[in-house]
Amino acid sequence: MKTQGLAIIIILGAIAFYLCTYVVKETDQVILTQFGKPVGEPVTEAGLHFRLPFIQEVNRIEKRFLPWDGPANEMSTKDKTYLVIDTYARWRISDAMQYFLRLRDERSALSRLDDILGSETRNAVAKHELIEIVRTSKDRVAVTDKSLTEGMGNVGMLYPIKIGREKVEQEIFEKAASKLAGFGIELLDVRFKRINYNETVRRRIYERMVSERQQIAARFRSEGAGEAAKIIGKKERDLQEIESQSYKRVQEIYGEADAKASAIYAKAYDSSPVSAEFYQFIKTLETYREVLSADVSLVLTTDSPLFRLLKGTEVSELSEDSFD
Amino acid sequence: MNEPIEIRIPEFVRNGLILWIIIVIAVISGVITSTYTVQAESQGVVLRFGKYLKTVEPGLRFKAPFGIDKVYVLPVRRQLKQEFGFATLGASNSNQFSEPRTRDREKSMVTGDLNAAEVEWIVQYRISDPRLYLFNVLDPEGTLRYVSESVMRTVVGDRTVDEVITIGRQEIEEEARDRLEALVNKYELGIGIDQIQLQNVNPPPPVQASFNEVNQAQQERERMINEANGEYNKEVPRSRGVADQKIQAAEGYALKRVNESLGDVASFNSMLAEYKKAPAITRTRLYLESMKEVVPQMGKKIILDEDASQILPLLQLNDNSKGGLAK
Repeated sequence: MKTQGLAIIIILGAIAFYLCTYVVKETDQVILTQFGKPVGEPVTEAGLHFRLPFIQEVNRIEKRFLPWDGPANEMSTKDKTYLVIDTYARWRISDAMQYFLRLRDERSALSRLDDILGSETRNAVAKHELIEIVRTSKDRVAVTDKSLTEGMGNVGMLYPIKIGREKVEQEIFEKAASKLAGFGIELLDVRFKRINYNETVRRRIYERMVSERQQIAARFRSEGAGEAAKIIGKKERDLQEIESQSYKRVQEIYGEADAKASAIYAKAYDSSPVSAEFYQFIKTLETYREVLSADVSLVLTTDSPLFRLLKGTEVSELSEDSFD
Repeated sequence: MNEPIEIRIPEFVRNGLILWIIIVIAVISGVITSTYTVQAESQGVVLRFGKYLKTVEPGLRFKAPFGIDKVYVLPVRRQLKQEFGFATLGASNSNQFSEPRTRDREKSMVTGDLNAAEVEWIVQYRISDPRLYLFNVLDPEGTLRYVSESVMRTVVGDRTVDEVITIGRQEIEEEARDRLEALVNKYELGIGIDQIQLQNVNPPPPVQASFNEVNQAQQERERMINEANGEYNKEVPRSRGVADQKIQAAEGYALKRVNESLGDVASFNSMLAEYKKAPAITRTRLYLESMKEVVPQMGKKIILDEDASQILPLLQLNDNSKGGLAK
């Protein structure tokens, strides 16, 4: 009987313990309600807590930051460019009581977020030009590949901005945060997740990209032809230079050599009247050798030095012999 | 027949056997639910009645049984990764890639020169703070995906399409990493970012052909320049060689000319020396020697008596032969 009683007490005790306590997880906060009416402050401390059984109901509310993923919406910027913008936010229930009273559950909270963040995003986008939503840093200068973009106007340049993406996000954040505070919701952050052109704008952008690239390609080709022409020109120039310089040098060498030879001859032949006279003599003889040939007829008189002797002798054959 | 059975059951209870069975079951389940293992790459976060108690290191561990203590084991030392715009097959982590139908939208971005680019990238990260990871943000890894997409677009939005596709890749990786880290810290996701790596970065398919055309044109330019250089190199060095050859030949001529003149002068000088010794006789000798060579070479030879020189006009000289007179 004793053990039986003990078992019953243990079991009853366990049931009572279960009914009178509840667990608050690290990720939760709890509002106790008594017949639907909240009782006391929200319980935010994790751990084991007590309640009145049957009467008090436990309402668990998330304590963590929660996701909000905006739908991808088509919106128009100030410069009438249609964009598909996808935003996200992170938020949490900072005032559980307020939240519980006004929204009660996450589904209605999310639909409120849809309304507020959706319209604030739309407003902010409509107030700014496309580039303000795309770019962030005002003073960033693009690193450019000079070979691609030189002389191409706007290609490879960043469009200037006044405020930039982060400021636009900040604007949305501030407006939405103050509106959400009334629901007990704290907004951690709102950001653009994706920004894309809509279908028609995209086609236009692609066309522009293609034409930009074609310009660059055309410039490369003409640059190539230009460079090649330059090189061929240099070739012609260098060839002329080399040839004329060698001609000049050759002539100089010839001239110098002739001059030197003349000087040598002159120095030797002109050293004295005797040598000059002798030179003239042998040169004349040499010239005879070269000048006189078979088609020259020779008429000599016996008065000439060669035949002076001829007249003084009777043997005419002798002259024939002396010629051989 | 019924009575023994009715007696037997109370006896069974009275003996306390059922209680013992309950106790044994309780002890066994208590032992089972109070031990757990934390793997080498992990840490365990222990909760008691839902409240954070402690973080434990790898090994065989004990906890309070029957759901009083709860343990989350997280692989804090494993490097995890998320892929954007593409997916490697066979990943176990469901956050590693997005659904196939959103992948195209995930990688399509607007650049700072209002062009478009398709960017694929990887984020490598670790769980750095298990407590924050579990308790601060619902679905931290899903949040990381969102933040990473937003950050990559912020960074790409500040660059030109050429920077994104070619020259600015490393810079983008670094800036995106820094920005992502800042946001992850702001959100207190309990995640540490190791690296961002860009994968394929391409112009959108409809304009890809024109980007290739630029590359081709660039190649073409190089080719044209190379060909022109080839032509230059084919002719100019040869022409230099030819020029050198001419100069060398001229120098040869110069040497020859000077040496010959020196030779001529030497022979003249020695003849002159002889001549000076006996001028008259040498003159005659030289004259006669020359005549001996010259006269036989000539055509018609006519020798007249000095007194009969007046008959000269009567002589029939050949038409084609030039007359020559020597004294």
